[in-house]
Amino acid sequence: MTTQLLPDTDMRPAWPTRGRGEFRSFLAFARGRPGFLLGLVIVAITIFLAFFGPMVAPYPPERAIPGAGLLPPSAEHAMGTDVSGMDVFSRVISAPRIDLTIALSATVIAFVGGVFLGVVSGFYAGSRGIGRVASEAIMRGADIVQAFPVFIFALALVGFRGPGTENVIAALAFLNIPYFLRVTRGAVFQVRERPFVEAARCAGNTERGVAFAHVMPNALGPALANISPGIGFAILLSAALSFVGAGVPKPTPEWGSMISIGAPNMMTGQWWTALFPGLALGVTVLGYALVGDGIQDFMDPTKRR
Amino acid sequence: MMGERLLDVRDLVKHFPAGHRRFVKAVSGVSFHIEKGEALALVGESGSGKTTVGRCILRLIEPTAGTIIFRGQDVSTMEQDRLRALRPHMQMLFQEPYDSLNPRMPIGRIVEEPIRLGKDMSPRKRLERVVEVLDMVRLGSWALDKYPHQFSAGEQQRIGIARAIATEPELVVLDEPTSALDVSVRAEILDLLTDLQEQLGLSYLFISHDLTAVRRVCHRVAIMYLGKIVETGSTAEMFEQPLHPYSRALLSSVLYPDPHEQLSRFVLAGEIPSPIDLPPGCHLYGRCPWAVDACNAAYPDLEEILPGRRVACFRAREENAADTTASGSGRRPPGSF
Repeated sequence: MTTQLLPDTDMRPAWPTRGRGEFRSFLAFARGRPGFLLGLVIVAITIFLAFFGPMVAPYPPERAIPGAGLLPPSAEHAMGTDVSGMDVFSRVISAPRIDLTIALSATVIAFVGGVFLGVVSGFYAGSRGIGRVASEAIMRGADIVQAFPVFIFALALVGFRGPGTENVIAALAFLNIPYFLRVTRGAVFQVRERPFVEAARCAGNTERGVAFAHVMPNALGPALANISPGIGFAILLSAALSFVGAGVPKPTPEWGSMISIGAPNMMTGQWWTALFPGLALGVTVLGYALVGDGIQDFMDPTKRR
Repeated sequence: MMGERLLDVRDLVKHFPAGHRRFVKAVSGVSFHIEKGEALALVGESGSGKTTVGRCILRLIEPTAGTIIFRGQDVSTMEQDRLRALRPHMQMLFQEPYDSLNPRMPIGRIVEEPIRLGKDMSPRKRLERVVEVLDMVRLGSWALDKYPHQFSAGEQQRIGIARAIATEPELVVLDEPTSALDVSVRAEILDLLTDLQEQLGLSYLFISHDLTAVRRVCHRVAIMYLGKIVETGSTAEMFEQPLHPYSRALLSSVLYPDPHEQLSRFVLAGEIPSPIDLPPGCHLYGRCPWAVDACNAAYPDLEEILPGRRVACFRAREENAADTTASGSGRRPPGSF
């Protein structure tokens, strides 16, 4: 009833925040940063492979070649073959499809959920009424999730729902939420004390408007920086789940499970079976870390020039 | 200046919890009013509660007690929805030029926001209004897409002014608007504030410890000490002859470029007491050279001792009368008539 006091108009800003010039300034920004460019190239390659990897692979990644087990790298098999006779190179470039799907979706879900909960719990901490209850409840929930060893919890979650890509994603996203939540909450504590927050109230924002239009954009930095380790964490944890058979089912090309398949061969001198997927995993995590750092700088207008 | 009262503050109290069931008595019973088109200065040193008063009036913090009548409505207990509808009429200019602007918003959106949230205007009209106010503060449409960090402190403060006047408010609370600025920029901002006040018929509550700034901008002055107003009067009369001992001390601490203009120094003893344990009587008791026992028993009311001059001091009438005579006919020996 009282809300009618406010004019009921088109609330869109007269200017869009992100315009056409944004892409050009992004290119100009990237040009001066070789590390960021390298990261972009790596990310672009993994995304390309996620879409087309199995198509450009010289051999079908999930079919064993009879009698071709544990062949060393050669012209025919650039990275050799594994113990069951599958072409390692084909599997390495096919793996991003499943690895990226799992890691990116889990991390994005965790980022969105963690930032939202972090803003709510940070902004309303110490307030009165329902906000404070929500804030406390969120923090206790995060404490409970983080009280369990990560791997055991992931195993329990996947075991509860059964193995499968969606369940691995759900488990990893759920486990990653508290990290994004905590770093965002910390940032919100600092941002909410700054004078522009009072200015936003003077401008007529609701508390929700202050929290999400003014505080949140200024508190995203740590969470964005956490995306890259988040992706690495997700890839590694999904590899661990695959290793114990609770992740992606075996013949599917996936770096983590390839490493665990190849590990015993490494002892006996067939280093290629585990080394190449390991390298691919390392380079990919590095690439995402570099891009994460670069994007964090780009998002901060004060660092752009 | 005889006009209607735009803002009427009565017995405003604000206590902050300080732990162990103790409270910082930042504001302990403050009353004043501002007329339409009037600039009132609220002057005092740090810790006097002047900023707290400003924030209570805009309900950026919740007052502990008292009434705040703005445009005939009591703001002090108003619910947030109704308060938001009133926001376009009362705005604030902040002390920190950079930190009061959202670093991730372009200037256009910063200035537009109060209009977007508080006024019924189409996006096109809003853009026109934003450009208009940017012109008024001597910036232009070139500033629209830039970010706050791309401006100097003086320009940032002008952006803050543009935002504060964008909704055509009646009242602007200025919280030490020039204390973070260079001397040269300060003059520029003060001139701009004076011009805008006259052009737009704004009312100002000018919170400051900068007495020269106050003298330039304000019609009337209220001096605060430890959560109480000790004296009010027109700027000219106040600077000519402060009547309260605290005002005297404060005004005599101003440094003028012309040594002949310097008032004789009036110095208070000791330090400002803690606002947690205030003395029972006059807050100045113990520091004041005029103090008698009665001063420690009760807090003096604001009394009109000269036309338009209200002073909270038991001894002001007597001491000031003695002073005026003394300066005319030489100092008499104590006790003689």
